[in-house]
Amino acid sequence: MSLLDYVVLLGTMVGIAVYGVWQARGRKNLSAYLRSAHTLGWGTVGLSVMATQASAITFLSTPGQAYESGLGFVQNYFGLPIALIIVAAVFLPIYRRLNVYTAYEYLGHRFDSKTRLLGAGLFLLQRGLAAGLTIYAPAIILSTVLGWRLDATIVLTGLFVIIYTAVGGNEAVSVTQKWQMAVIFAGMAAAFAVLLAKLPSGLGLTDTLAVAGSFNKLQAVDFSIDFHKRYTVWSGVLGGLFLSLSYFGTDQSQVQRYLSGATLRESRLGLMFNAVLKIPMQFFILLLGALVFVFYQFETPPVFFNRATWAAHATGDAGAGLRAIETRFDAAHNEQRAKIHDWLAARHGADPEPAKAAMLAAHQRTEALRTEARQALAAADPIAQKNDADYVFITFVLEQMPHGIIGLLIALVFAAAVSSLSSELAALGETTTIDLYRHVLRTDASDLHYVRVSKALTAFWGLIAIGFALFAHLAENLIQAVNILGSIFYGVVLGLFLVAFFLRRIGGTAVFWGAVAAQALVFALYFSLNISYLWYNFIGCAACVLFSLILQSAIGSRGATAQPGCSILSSQA
Amino acid sequence: MTPLPDSPPARDAPPGLPGLRTWRAVYAFVFGCFALWVVALAVFSWVFA
Repeated sequence: MSLLDYVVLLGTMVGIAVYGVWQARGRKNLSAYLRSAHTLGWGTVGLSVMATQASAITFLSTPGQAYESGLGFVQNYFGLPIALIIVAAVFLPIYRRLNVYTAYEYLGHRFDSKTRLLGAGLFLLQRGLAAGLTIYAPAIILSTVLGWRLDATIVLTGLFVIIYTAVGGNEAVSVTQKWQMAVIFAGMAAAFAVLLAKLPSGLGLTDTLAVAGSFNKLQAVDFSIDFHKRYTVWSGVLGGLFLSLSYFGTDQSQVQRYLSGATLRESRLGLMFNAVLKIPMQFFILLLGALVFVFYQFETPPVFFNRATWAAHATGDAGAGLRAIETRFDAAHNEQRAKIHDWLAARHGADPEPAKAAMLAAHQRTEALRTEARQALAAADPIAQKNDADYVFITFVLEQMPHGIIGLLIALVFAAAVSSLSSELAALGETTTIDLYRHVLRTDASDLHYVRVSKALTAFWGLIAIGFALFAHLAENLIQAVNILGSIFYGVVLGLFLVAFFLRRIGGTAVFWGAVAAQALVFALYFSLNISYLWYNFIGCAACVLFSLILQSAIGSRGATAQPGCSILSSQA
Repeated sequence: MTPLPDSPPARDAPPGLPGLRTWRAVYAFVFGCFALWVVALAVFSWVFA
């Protein structure tokens, strides 16, 4: 990166944060601090919801995923529009009618205090750990490729977010997210334009897509019913609906975003904005990865995209084997490039199939060498990360983009990281303040007191996230561990809310013990079965609903205390 | 619950979008966009397969 890139990066990030804090200055009222006093329009709400979901990993990993496996990942988002319609039609009107700050406060109204604390506790545990990963995941990639110190990257990113989130509160988060999304959109558009300009002259968009398609990178949808396939239309609609309903309906980091809308209309339109745009946005990011793939068919790519890790092992006598693989890969890639040109020339002729078969065979040889390179690296260093897909897009940016645009795209990654983290910290601080401190410890203090406590708790959770991120490298499978942890708790939390909204005859005692029993069941199954952790989302939710029904029928109508307006059957929304 | 001073109106205001007078119409439009995207992506996949 040049001085110009650093000026663009720092100027963009600091400028947006200062603007956000300035816009939100002087908020001493609790509602103003925690939910912008319900003043935000649907555009700000929509961009804020979008920015919260789109983390840095979205922009680092997703193009790499398309580079490796094509566009099929877009199907993962097929359940999202349906989930957002349900949230807008069912969840949101009830949250707003009860004028709650947090989703768990609603559980208190619908059931009782212990169920509210259970929901809030599960959220704090899960999201508190995930916030650490929100900093760690991009920091490890950026520090590797840019040569920065990992600990300094984590601490500076974390402190930067803590300062503007704690000082400016919810409005600063929303306002900064709006401009951070502008940076993200500008960065993606710039990357797309530069990428198209970098493709070989004479290669039009149709030829470009034809090359990507011939290597099976443009298969966006798969209607087959095959449970072994990771992404199909059916798993996307069903699984995506389930996960999106949990995330948008019950996770305070999202609930806080859309409850900031000036009216029910603004909040709903903000959600519908995401329901319409999320799939095309993900498709566009994936398409960028497919185009990077085409670019590297005409330009020799590194045999392993994590160049720093490769270089560390490819030197000296011990690295002779790796260097030999690299040499063979370069030669194989040159041959593949020639075969692609042959196929492009023959594509509109009478019989292009032989040329295509030769091209695909050449591609198989280069892919085999990439696999061999990964295996050789793993043999040289068993703890080295073997998957280099996360490094594809950032490598392209740093090696191919002009200076200035590099700064903008690194700003894009940071904007995505800090926009997600700021929502998480604000939600963690708010939930701790509203559902624990104000609800349990001190119920009658002034607004100013609660605002100060909320600021302190936001900073506290930020420091926890930094601490967690600093030690994340000690556990090799930490990211997976936190994903497992999330799946273990997410299902039960969704079960709590589904009972609250749709089963009005079930009361607090039944649902609380039903949720506890469901959580115990999930733990027991986790330690005794060997199934994908994603299944625990469904098992936890179904068990919570089922156990609540059984317990309620066992204890009769006692404890069934649904208040008017707290469930869908008693609401008029 | 204790009403807060800035309690927002929870009434179901119309969407106010051109051509979409009710929320049911908005949801149908959003679902239609989703269906359209799936069809477009299926065609895209088929064309470049």
